This record gives sequence, structure tokens and C-alpha cells, in this order.
Amino acid sequence: MKALIQYISTILQGLLTLVKGMAVTGHYFFRPKLITTQQYPENRQTLKMFDRFRGEVIMPHDENNHHKCTGCGICEMNCPNGSIEIITKMIETPEGKKKKVIDKHIYHLGMCTLCNLCVKACPTGAIVMGQKFEHAVWDRTQLTKVLNQPGSELMKDVKE
Amino acid sequence: MAFDIYDFTTLTSSIHQSLSESLPPLAVEMIEWTLVGLSMLIFVALFGLILVYLERKVCALFQQRLGPMRVGKWGLLQTIADFVKLLMKELITPNRADKFLYNLAPFIVIIVTFMAIAAIPFAKGLQALDFDIGVFYVSAISSLGVIGILLAGWASNNKYSLIGAMRSGAQIISYELSVGLTLITMIIFAGTMQISGIVDAQASGWFIFRGHIPAIIAFIIFLIAGTAETNRGPFDLAEAESELTAGFHTEYSGIKFAFFFLAEYVNLFIVSAMATVLFLGGWQPLHFGSFEGFNQVMDFIPPIFWFFGKVMFIIYMIMWFKWTFPRLRVDQILTLEWKYLLPVNLFNILLMTLIVLMGWHF
Repeated sequence: MKALIQYISTILQGLLTLVKGMAVTGHYFFRPKLITTQQYPENRQTLKMFDRFRGEVIMPHDENNHHKCTGCGICEMNCPNGSIEIITKMIETPEGKKKKVIDKHIYHLGMCTLCNLCVKACPTGAIVMGQKFEHAVWDRTQLTKVLNQPGSELMKDVKE
Repeated sequence: MAFDIYDFTTLTSSIHQSLSESLPPLAVEMIEWTLVGLSMLIFVALFGLILVYLERKVCALFQQRLGPMRVGKWGLLQTIADFVKLLMKELITPNRADKFLYNLAPFIVIIVTFMAIAAIPFAKGLQALDFDIGVFYVSAISSLGVIGILLAGWASNNKYSLIGAMRSGAQIISYELSVGLTLITMIIFAGTMQISGIVDAQASGWFIFRGHIPAIIAFIIFLIAGTAETNRGPFDLAEAESELTAGFHTEYSGIKFAFFFLAEYVNLFIVSAMATVLFLGGWQPLHFGSFEGFNQVMDFIPPIFWFFGKVMFIIYMIMWFKWTFPRLRVDQILTLEWKYLLPVNLFNILLMTLIVLMGWHF
């Protein structure tokens, strides 16, 4: 008798869990607003990538053409596949001191795996991950970018 | 030509009369067979295309996707484009395959579905074959399809195909039993095996309402076993894409593959149509005892729409199963059949017999 009750309750429980599963998919079926598919080339104007998307490494500049990169080279050391090259130069400050500043922050997008290690390692937060993902170009030399804009300087309040 | 959407017997008899006026009886028979065959062919091709499109859209909605959207508005022409592509593909025969059996298998599968579809009553007077053992005929014919699947797997000279075919064989032989027993349950209730008789008996109320508890149990078992019969998910381990590439039809290409594909969807239609005929009253409108106004409104909807509405509902349920449940292992499939469905089914037959004997039904 006990075995029979257990047998029947197993069947009923099984049916109940199946109905629960169907309730989940049924919920999705009647709510087309939850659809996550993007119709990419058509919605190019309105497409907004999600916040944590890693498209490329960029260096944000403010309106005075100032960036936060001190040229320390930590990102270059942290890059696992050598996508970053830091070229520095020595300048003379108005006080007469010699100082090392960034000359070119070279970024090879073609080699980059977008692992985010450089962004994590940067002590001043000078580089971040950008949202752009349409990277197709006609020539691979175009994939080598200089991240600091020409004539840009270090921000005043960045501690070295 | 008299055309009445509520009763197709006037249309068929007027065609018969106008042919008989000028032609000998044998020629009339031949022309009528050809007409029926042609209309079945067109129906199967069109309905297959629509079902494939529906399946892709329904599946997409269940998984929060959009499905085909590019070919035509809402992707409506997608299946036609796929069909044209399949027609133009090269027919490949594998090296050292058993050529005769390899080429025969898709035709067995598709011919069997055509033979089964002939017994389906679409509306009043729209039924090609009305044997007095109609239900038995459909269940016997639809179990022949597995021979085509086994042949396809065996003749392909491919171990994945063979494993898929053998799984399919084990599965269909097991679940044939459940389908047969649910059919017997409903035959006990109806008292006839003739499909038109079963449909007529449901004019006063569908069997699922009149037969209450045992009919509902039989309906659930029929849906489960019918899903397994058509080799669809969660019982699709005969093709199990992630394990066996495509199972028994791995080596088939072009139109031969399309035959297997089409046969799967037509089988889906046949199972749904049989569920409709046996449990949901075939093309009979929904009637509730003494609500005359309600019954008249329901009568206003033509029977063919009732039939296809019910069939679409069952097809939607089976699609819902497919896109919700994960695939069962071989041992789980056999456990489900032999340890659960079969004993419940046998008990259910006993219950139904008791209810019919004591007259405890509506």
C-alpha cells in the first residue's frame, strides 16, 4: 500500500514539475517584450550596448585635451600578448625639473583579446573599455592606434 | 457546383454526379482518386511549410528570440526559400552504402504518412478513407514509419545513423503500446472503430468531457506517447543533434532529407488530428448540454475551422513540450514507458470499462 501511494505521488509530483517548467516558457511566450534579439543593421542608430561590453581600449580625454596617463608602463607589462606599447619622452617643467611623460600610447587592436587586464592594472584609470564594436577595416595597419591624442597633456590633479 | 462550407458531402456528390454523366464508372473512379491524391499532396506540402515556419516562430518566442525575420515580412517566406534550397542541393549517396535501401527509406517514411493522412476527417464529408476499423488502420499504418527510419539508419553505412535508428526503433516499439492502449480506452467508450462514427458520437459533447477522469488520463498519456511516436523533443534521441549529429538522416541531403523533415511534421499533424478526433470531438463544434444560444453561436463557425483550431491547439501543446523539456536518456525513456505509462494505462482501461458498464458517464 505504501509503495502504491509513493508510486502515485511520484507521478503527480513529476507532472507538477513539468507544469512548472511549462509555466516558465509559457510566461516568455506571451511576453514578446522580453525578446533579447537585436536586429543589428536595421537598428544601428538606436542600438545601445550593455555597460560591461568590451569593444576596444580607449583613453578618455576631457574638453581641454587632457588625459590621465602618466606613462608608467604598467598596462604594457600586464598585457599578456603585447598589444600595448608605451613610448615616453623627457620634458622640462616650468620649474626647471626634468620629467618623464607619455609620448605615444600605441594600441594594437588586431592583437588585443579584450581581456581587460590593462584597464584593471592602470593605477590612474586612464584607459577604459569602449563600446564601439564595428572594427572592420580594409588594412591591418589601421588597427594600430595611438590612444593619446596629439598635443594632449596629463591632467593637473593626477598623482604620479 | 454546390459548395457548402458546413457540409462537404454536397460538393463531393455534385463532383461525382457531373463526372458520372459523361464518363464510364472506372474512369470516374480513377479521376476521383487522382483528385483526392492531388489535394492531399498539395495540403501536405503547404501544411508542412506552414508548420515549419510556425515551429521556428513558436520555438523562438519560447526562448525569447525573434526567429526568422529577414525573408519576407516577419520571415514569412523563409520556409519557401529553405524548400527551394533543398530542391537544388546535390543528392549525395555515401560510399559503400546499401544503395537500394538507402534510396528507398525516405519514400517509405513519406508514403506511410500519406497513407495515414487519408483516414483523417477534416470536416463533414471531407474524409478520403472511412474504414469501419479506421482507428486501427491509422495506428497500424503509422507504426510502419519506423521501418523507413531503421532502413535509413542501416543503409547509410554510418554508425551515428545506426545508433539513431536503433534508438528510434526501441522508442517507437515501446510507445506504440501506449498509443494503442489509449486508443483502446477511447474505443471502449465510443463503441466503434470507425472514425466518422467516433466523430458523430461526439455531437452532443466531446469525449474528453463525457468520459471525464479516464478520458483525461488517456488524453495526457496520448499526448506524451504521441510526442514520442513522432520522434520529437523531449523524445528526440533518435536524432539527438548534440550526440549523433542528426541521427538516422545524417547522410541524407537535398530532397531526400526534405522527405524525412516533411514526414516528421506530417506525423505531428496526424498525431494531433487523432487526438482531436478521439478526445476533442473532431470537427464537431463545442456544445454544452442545454445552452441553446451558446450552441447555436458555436454551430455558426464552420466545422473545418473547428478541426484546424483544435489540431493547432494540440500542435502548439506538443511544440510547448519540445521547447521546454530536456531530452530523456534511453533508459529514462524506457522507464517512463514500461514503469509508468503502461501500468497507468492498463488501470485506466479497467476504469473506463467499469464506467461504461455502470453508465457513470455523461
